[in-house]
Amino acid sequence: MLSSTADHLFWMARSMERAENTARMLDVTYRMSLLKHSMDVFNEWRAMLSISGLHEEYEARYSEVTPANVMHFMTLDEKNPGSIFSSISKARENARAVRGAITSEMWEALNHTWLDMRERQARGISEDGISDFFEWVKERSHLSRGITYGTLLQDEAFHFLRLGTFLERADNTARILDVKYHVLLPSLTDVGGAVDYYQWSALLRSVSSFEAYRKTYRDVITPMRVAELLVLRADMPRSLAACMQEVDRLVQQINGPRSGELSRCCGLLQAELRFGTVEGIFDKGLHEYLNEFLARIYELGDLINTTYFWSTDE
Amino acid sequence: MKFIYDEMRGADGGIRASYKSFANWLESTSPEVIARKRREADLAFHRVGITFAVYGEDNSGAERLIPFDIVPRIIAAHEWRQIEAGLRQRVKALNAFLHDVYHDQNIIKAGRIPAQQILGNAQYRKEMLGVDVPGNIYAHIAGIDLVRAGEGEYYVLEDNLRTPSGVSYMLEDRKMMMRLFPELFSRQAIAPVEHYPDLLLDNLRSVAPDNESYPNVVVMTPGQFNSAYFEHAFLAQQMGVELVEGHDLFVQDDTVFMRTTHGPRRVHVIYRRIDDDFLDPLAFRKDSALGVPGLFAAYRAGRVTLANAVGTGIADDKAMYMHVPEMIRFYCDEEPILSNVPTHDLSKSQDLQYVLEHLSELVVKEVHGSGGYGMLVGPAASKDEIRLFREKIIAEPARYIAQPTLALSTCPTFVESGIAPRHIDLRPFVLSGKDITMVPGGLTRVALKEGSLVVNSSQGGGTKDTWVLEN
Repeated sequence: MLSSTADHLFWMARSMERAENTARMLDVTYRMSLLKHSMDVFNEWRAMLSISGLHEEYEARYSEVTPANVMHFMTLDEKNPGSIFSSISKARENARAVRGAITSEMWEALNHTWLDMRERQARGISEDGISDFFEWVKERSHLSRGITYGTLLQDEAFHFLRLGTFLERADNTARILDVKYHVLLPSLTDVGGAVDYYQWSALLRSVSSFEAYRKTYRDVITPMRVAELLVLRADMPRSLAACMQEVDRLVQQINGPRSGELSRCCGLLQAELRFGTVEGIFDKGLHEYLNEFLARIYELGDLINTTYFWSTDE
Repeated sequence: MKFIYDEMRGADGGIRASYKSFANWLESTSPEVIARKRREADLAFHRVGITFAVYGEDNSGAERLIPFDIVPRIIAAHEWRQIEAGLRQRVKALNAFLHDVYHDQNIIKAGRIPAQQILGNAQYRKEMLGVDVPGNIYAHIAGIDLVRAGEGEYYVLEDNLRTPSGVSYMLEDRKMMMRLFPELFSRQAIAPVEHYPDLLLDNLRSVAPDNESYPNVVVMTPGQFNSAYFEHAFLAQQMGVELVEGHDLFVQDDTVFMRTTHGPRRVHVIYRRIDDDFLDPLAFRKDSALGVPGLFAAYRAGRVTLANAVGTGIADDKAMYMHVPEMIRFYCDEEPILSNVPTHDLSKSQDLQYVLEHLSELVVKEVHGSGGYGMLVGPAASKDEIRLFREKIIAEPARYIAQPTLALSTCPTFVESGIAPRHIDLRPFVLSGKDITMVPGGLTRVALKEGSLVVNSSQGGGTKDTWVLEN
């Protein structure tokens, strides 16, 4: 496959997955903020910005952190490269560049999403339309993924799309799990209380894992189990272990003459998740662990770039 | 008033035989159903994203839909047989001409076309002198624009031998008609066009260098901001080949490779939808960021085939158009089957005199212009426009040709006020490789403004499905 095609496919899937996860992250923030538990009512929204790494972008353009501002910045703001609007636009631009490599159904669905997105942007999102908007983003992302599965030949194009999806998802699940750390800091006294329970369950729901948690543990929600579920359980579709297992498998399938180092790094990370324990994670500190994980995901992205996408003039 | 030939109705108002079945259907179908289907078509085209970027309108990279009209343009079987024979003959002669002007130049030696008109033309590529191309084919894909005038005679309006576009609309229009009105296709035998991508791929493979048994064919595009990008991507997908941009390719030892996730892979045939000037910064425009350094050297060495060949512009230049009938006589030793529109050569003083006196009746075209830009439609122009154009002509007569205003045929078309006749043309696509092939019909373009003769999509034209009846 052409390197530039693989690059576009990878970013097409990655951007759509990012749109979905941004919606999930905003959803959990929104739910947490509904429970006014601390003096600083905007804490969750500030946390959202630092987790997304968009603090500077935000401060350059908005004077203060308010729920409405952050919500606008992260959903409809076309000047924010990390907004849902920008992610969908980027997914569509990448798809447009490789229309020949995807099925017409895939293109039509994504183009449709983009046209709808523009319409929604023109209309704006009202307070009572927030949940509906997040649901819509998730549905469009599910649809794109479903059509990819249902219509695309499982060749290299398929593998690069999946690679983009799972790398992005691993990154986002780690960030969502970290939300709790940022939100909790100023109010450690709440641990174990009603607010704490509410926050963990909101977090689980945002990654569609609440029911899975109940089914798996049949017990109260504790931070260690949540971490175990979302980091180590390979049977949880959004966990770090599940994502890395998939990334590792895809890299092996794509292979190629220069994939040695990439393959080694994926294998290592995947083995650590497979054989790691939740106690080990907490010994290190969940926040520290997640930070290190994010750095390694970033490195993997770089390696994928040099291995498959960069032009070579040999 | 001048008589205008209508595709559906004869001079007496009666329905022509080729339209009988369609007219019956139209009469028996309620306006509501048709209105609904038309909306459905609009939505579908939008969703599929069959758009056309328009230059200069605004800076938003505007993507606009080309209006699609649901009344088909129908061509009777016997008419098409005649057109097809004429197209074969014409394209054969044009390819022979291209080979000749870049080799022995017999047509000049025989005194049929003045040397200056060919060798002094900006479209003549000296770099191609003596270069041999596979099968001596230069115009692998030709779009020959036909119009119908007078009592229904077909005329060739122009030959497009560089990177003719529009075939994707032909295919999408057919797909749309079959989706909206399947019943129409069961009522009569309409010749299929859907296999065009297969014909194209076969054709491109047949001109691969080195007798390669499984040649790697690619489509080369200037990029997604080109107005015809949709078509480039569409054709690559339909043929199942890679769509590449300049930066995807590189040349090593006069061999072209594409960069893939698994290392370099050789390319044998490039269906390029990028102008000669931008192909290779080492050979042509130095500032071209779209091209591939060294591509022309690889081409000259016979290591890669470009379709169409470099230098075809000399044969479709409007200054050369008037010589095509002579080319047919010279190379095929036959009389032309399809007529040219009578054309005034403004480099001849007596033609110039006549044209200047009759500007308000004539169409004047710039010889190197395309897409309906830089032309004067006398009867539709204001006094001021005519005055300005006259000055331009006097300043540089050889830059222009002039033709009588043809009363282009009309076809019933949906417009705001209902169904009304609108002027149309036809662009069949002729493929030349080991053989000459084409699908029946082509792209019918329609001028949607009342009375307008300009069908170009860049000037607000629309398209119609084109039916060639099988019996």
